[in-house]
This record gives sequence, structure tokens and C-alpha cells, in this order.
Amino acid sequence: MTEDVISAEGLTKVFNKSLVAVDHVNFYVTEGEIFGFLGPNGAGKTTTINMLITILKPTEGTASVCGYDIVKQASMVRNVIGVVPQEYTADEDLTGYENIILCADLYGIPREVSKKRAFELLELVELTAFKDKKVETYSGGMRRRLELACGLINRPRVLFLDEPTLGLDVQTRAATWNYIKLLKKEFGMTLFMTTHYLEEADALCDRIAIIDYGKIVVVGSPGDLKNALGGDIITLSIQEDADISGLVEKIDNVKEVRKQNGMYWIKAENGEITAPIVIEVLRRKGYAVTRLSLTKPTLDEVYLDYTGRSLRDVEESKESFRAHRRTLRRSRRR
Amino acid sequence: MSRNNGSKNPFHGFWALTNRELKKWYKEPFILFISIVQPVIWMGLFGKAMNINAMFTNNPNIPPEFANQIMRQTFGTSDYFSYMAVGILSFVSLFTTMFSGMSIVWDRRLGFLNKVLSTPVARSSIVLSKVMSATIRSLIQASIVLGIAFLFGLQTGPSFTPLNILGVFAATFLICIGLSSIFLLIGIRSTRWETQMAVMNLLNLPLMFTSNSLFPISTMPDWLQIIAKVNPLTYTSDAVRQLLLYETDVAQLLFDFTYLGIFAAVFASIGIVLSWKYLSK
Repeated sequence: MTEDVISAEGLTKVFNKSLVAVDHVNFYVTEGEIFGFLGPNGAGKTTTINMLITILKPTEGTASVCGYDIVKQASMVRNVIGVVPQEYTADEDLTGYENIILCADLYGIPREVSKKRAFELLELVELTAFKDKKVETYSGGMRRRLELACGLINRPRVLFLDEPTLGLDVQTRAATWNYIKLLKKEFGMTLFMTTHYLEEADALCDRIAIIDYGKIVVVGSPGDLKNALGGDIITLSIQEDADISGLVEKIDNVKEVRKQNGMYWIKAENGEITAPIVIEVLRRKGYAVTRLSLTKPTLDEVYLDYTGRSLRDVEESKESFRAHRRTLRRSRRR
Repeated sequence: MSRNNGSKNPFHGFWALTNRELKKWYKEPFILFISIVQPVIWMGLFGKAMNINAMFTNNPNIPPEFANQIMRQTFGTSDYFSYMAVGILSFVSLFTTMFSGMSIVWDRRLGFLNKVLSTPVARSSIVLSKVMSATIRSLIQASIVLGIAFLFGLQTGPSFTPLNILGVFAATFLICIGLSSIFLLIGIRSTRWETQMAVMNLLNLPLMFTSNSLFPISTMPDWLQIIAKVNPLTYTSDAVRQLLLYETDVAQLLFDFTYLGIFAAVFASIGIVLSWKYLSK
């Protein structure tokens, strides 16, 4: 277990003796991977991250980060991690540059080193032109980039990202993903992130853990999780009026065939390879395929499959609602 | 790639955090202006309008030498304005330090505190930096207010030398350390600034009036005297008066400073101990 950058055993947090926010979760994160916690608001993602970054003490169980125990060696942990919190925590009254230097000072980085790093990071997240502007004038995307830069000032071995694109519009979100990928490439650290955006988990994470009501329901790579659903969906129709179900079922990789409203609904693994084979087989038997579509399963279906709920409609606590609203409001500012 | 972050000074981050608070303040001259105007208004209106000297000197039935004696016996100086202008220095300390409690509530609400907590900064530095920044702010404001008081006609006493001003700073320093520690302790767990605001409103005037800042203890009823003798503002005002207005009573001055020193040390220590326990939930 010691090679894992993060490992959690029976990690549990109970608030006010009754509210179980995180319920005996076990997981590990290996060096260099992007590991994501996916779940609705209130599932226990932020609580887990807060325990790992040592600002919350676990009620039970423990975890280690880079080999240091998060309770007994909290200050060692703090030295090797970087944190990009869910909220915009940069000081609005200070400039972007001053904020980065402030972060550097919190790690005790000597000024000559921190200045150099600050300019480097500002360049990477393309904020150099705005470095002497007060943060209150920044847009949501810029604030997020500044938070990223602050989180990297101490060259962390693990970077924790809590909802890195919360409240950003679609383009800014995609741009932020690119910055995250770029920074990861540049600094080669391990990333632990939480998100409730399925697209985000899909786009960034090597492995994800789906968490619901404080428990991990499944862990795997986005691809594996989607494959576990049983593969892709091919829908097709043919010119002829014959029933081809039996014929299609015999093709390799095809798992299930159903006829619905004159269309064939085919569940198959590796859809993009199987679909041409299906067409070929049908053509040889003299059938003409008139329409065909291929649908890849999304994480949404995976999520639905494991939790029985869609990610879109989960209510939040008042406290987190307030925090979210604040973040959303500031991210919209232009 | 080097991950070496260099310095292992246990106080790293302390000045950075202190400076962060001060920057917010000196970059906005308007805030400084407002914080000076309020005590000056008190001093100018209250101190000048409540012309207690005139009650006696303008009274034809009281011979002038008696009038002077009454003033001296009650206030220790023949000029009420000088008496209350010194009290206003306590007022400045009290009002400035109150806001240190607010700033920790805001830091918690905006998530800044969580970010700081995830860095290797000593927990005690987080609290002490707020204490220090409030203290520095108070000292600067107090010296400006003191300067204005001199312009308004503060009359110094027989023992006054410019060196005594250092003593005034020392007394103000100690009271600010103690008071801001108290207000931080009130705010350390809170996420609601409304609560903090209510506590501040509840405490500020009673703390002022149960001290000798505006009126001497000797004229108060017994029960109020007991409270006033515990109130650390009493000792700040007395120390400053001993230094600026009175013929200095060295024993009393030493007692004032001892009281203030203990007050500051006790509450700053409680602040440090509780910051280990309560900053993270």
C-alpha cells in the first residue's frame, strides 16, 4: 500500500453525532493518475477532500497522503499537497500576483524562489497581463486559473481539486480542463478531484469513484464503467419486412437484440467495429440497411445504473447551496 | 523538478497574513479616514460640548480656585477635554480590535480560512496575525487621534516628556493584543457575521461606559466601580493619563502596566490554545 500516493481505509466523518457524511470509504490513488470522486452535491465528496487535506479530522478510520498519516502527520501532508478549493478563495482586494505570493509565503517559500515561480505560473495560466489587477475584476475562468496557480506554488506531489469548474460556462469549463491537463503535464503530479459533472469526470479522470450517500458505489476507469453497462447501442432498420433478430444475435460481440417499432435495438460491445460487421452480414443475406445509429453509453447511464438516480436532480443542503450560489455569482462576473 | 520549498521557519506566513490584512486597509485611505473621523467626532463634540470646566468656572458662587480644585479632585486635571481625549484612545483600540473578529468570520465564510488551513502555516500564526494586524492598525489610528487631540488643545501635565509617548504606545499595544484576542475567540467558530455583529454592538458601549474612559471611577456607584475596576480599558486610560496628564504616580503606573500585561498575555495564550483546537472543525 505504501506506493500509493493516497490510500484511505475506513475513512468516516460523522457530523453532530448523527449525520454520516462519509461512511467507511476505502480507496487508493496511484502515482501520476487523475482520480475523480463523482457524485451529487451532499454525497460526501468535499468532506472527503477536506479530511485528506487535513482541515477536517476523520471520526473514524484514516488515510495517508504520500505516506504521511493525515491525522498524526498533518503538517507533513500540508507540505506536499496543493489545494484548489471549490470556492474562489483568492483575496479580492489584492492583485493576482499578490495572491500568489501570499500563498507562497504560507508555505514558507523564500521570496526569490516564489517570485520566479509566480511569474512562471502566471504565464502558464495566461494571467500575466492581469497580474497587477485586483482579483475583484477577474472573470470566473480567470479566478479559477488563479486558484490553480496558487495551488501549484509549492510544487505539490498531489493536487486536490474540489469541483474545479463549478459555475463556469461550457467554453470556460473546457478551457479550464485544458489548463488542468497542461499543468499536470508540466508538473507531473497526482490529481485528486471531485466533480458532479459527468463530462468532466469523463474528460479528465483516469479512474473515478462514484460516491453516493457517503459510500463509494463503484470504482473504475470511465471506459470500464461504461463497458460494464454491456456496451454500445446500435439501432438500425432494413428495407425488407423480415425478422433478422436471430441472424444478428449470432454475430460476435452482440449481446442482445430487440425489435421495437420496426427498428432493431442492438446492444453490442465495441459498437464501432461491430456495426460494420452487422451491415456486412445483413448485406450478404440480401437485406439492405436503410438507417443506422450508434450510441455510446455515457457516465450518466453508469451513474443512473449504480445509484438509481440521475445526477441532475439531487437537492442540496442550505449551507452548500449558499456557498454554491456565491461561487456561481462570482463566476458570472465579467 | 525541485520540490524544495526552502525555509522551515516556524513563523513563516505570520507576517504574510498580517500584511494581507494591513494591505486591505492602507490601500483604501477612505477606510482609514472613516476610522479616524469617528473618534474625532466623539472627541470634538462630546469632549468640547460637555464643558465640565465651565460648570464650575462660570458659576459666580464658586471661587475660581475652588473650581479648579474640584476639577482636579474629580478628574485629576483641570481640563475635562484633556481627560476625555485620552479616554478616546481606548475607544479607538476597542473599535478597531472589534473588527478583527469580523474578519475571521468572513475568512471562514469565503473559504479563505480553509485554504490557509490546508497549508503548513502554524495554526497559532493564523490567529496571531489577526491580533497583530488589528494592533498595528489601532496604534496608527491612536497616534493620529492623539495628534489631533493635541491640536484641539490637549493640556499635558507636569510630568510629561515626549518619551512618555512611547509608554502610551505600550499601553495601547497591550490593550489591543488582549481585546483583539477576545473578539477573535468569539468569532473563531462562527460562520455568521450577523452573530458577530450583534456581539460587537452589545459589548462596545457597555465596555466604554464601565471604564474610566469618559468619567472617573470615584464618582460611580459601588456596583459600577467593581465592574470598572475589572475592565482593562480603565487601566489603559489611567496609564495614558499618568503619562500625559498627571503628576506620574509610578506605583500606580506599574500596576496599570502589570494588569494590562497579564490581560494581554492571558487572552493571547487562550487564543493560541483554542486556535489549535477550534480553527478546523
